[in-house]
Amino acid sequence: MSTGGALISLPAQARPGDMVELRVLIAHPMETGLRSDDAGRTVPRHIIREVRIHYAGQEVLRAELSPAITANPYLSVTLRATITAPVVCRWTDDQGREASAQAMLRVS
Amino acid sequence: MKAPRRQTLIGLGGLALALRPLSARATPAAMQAQIDGFARGRNPQSRGIVLSVPEIVENGNSVPVTVRVESAMTGADRVRRVAVFSERNPAPDVLVAHFGPAAALAQVSFRMRMADSQSLTALAEMADGEIRIARVDVVVALAACLE
Repeated sequence: MSTGGALISLPAQARPGDMVELRVLIAHPMETGLRSDDAGRTVPRHIIREVRIHYAGQEVLRAELSPAITANPYLSVTLRATITAPVVCRWTDDQGREASAQAMLRVS
Repeated sequence: MKAPRRQTLIGLGGLALALRPLSARATPAAMQAQIDGFARGRNPQSRGIVLSVPEIVENGNSVPVTVRVESAMTGADRVRRVAVFSERNPAPDVLVAHFGPAAALAQVSFRMRMADSQSLTALAEMADGEIRIARVDVVVALAACLE
């Protein structure tokens, strides 16, 4: 599983019990499979099927994406801060590729 | 020899019309089918859910969407999943979000493509099985090139 390919935005610091807004931006073309290139050939479909976000080993969100989601998908969700732990975002696309990115949420 | 040519043209026109429905396209009926599939016989309630989308969108390639469901997200008062469906994109599916135990709010934001001015529907399934629904009409000035 490769890392990178996504930006995870978190506050620099949180207190236990805080609601923390987490924003994720994943680099991905999200080709619909309905578009033609300049030569008139159909550009093959290539989309992220699923994104999973975990914090401190617990699931925050599992999202099923579709071709209606923009290129470079953006997702935002709110978690409850408990301990200093990584936020891990994993995604799988319809070519079977899996990738992940993570960021540390500091809680004190 | 004009008649055969005309016949051919009419024939081709008919063929084109016959092929039209084959091109994938969401319709209000297709969206309703997705809604029914999500609700599975339960009657959706129009309360406790907000679907936030700009009423007028300049660029259909990137439309900010937020779904928020009223829920404490503790104990039995939880939201299992939310879904957003489109009426006039090439397909009705947009996004399904399942909330895990670390989610503090039953809220998710994302950006979507919109091929046309249309109505969007958000649905939520609560832990007790209740289904909630919200709809918004969105005017798109510059549609996304989805096809």
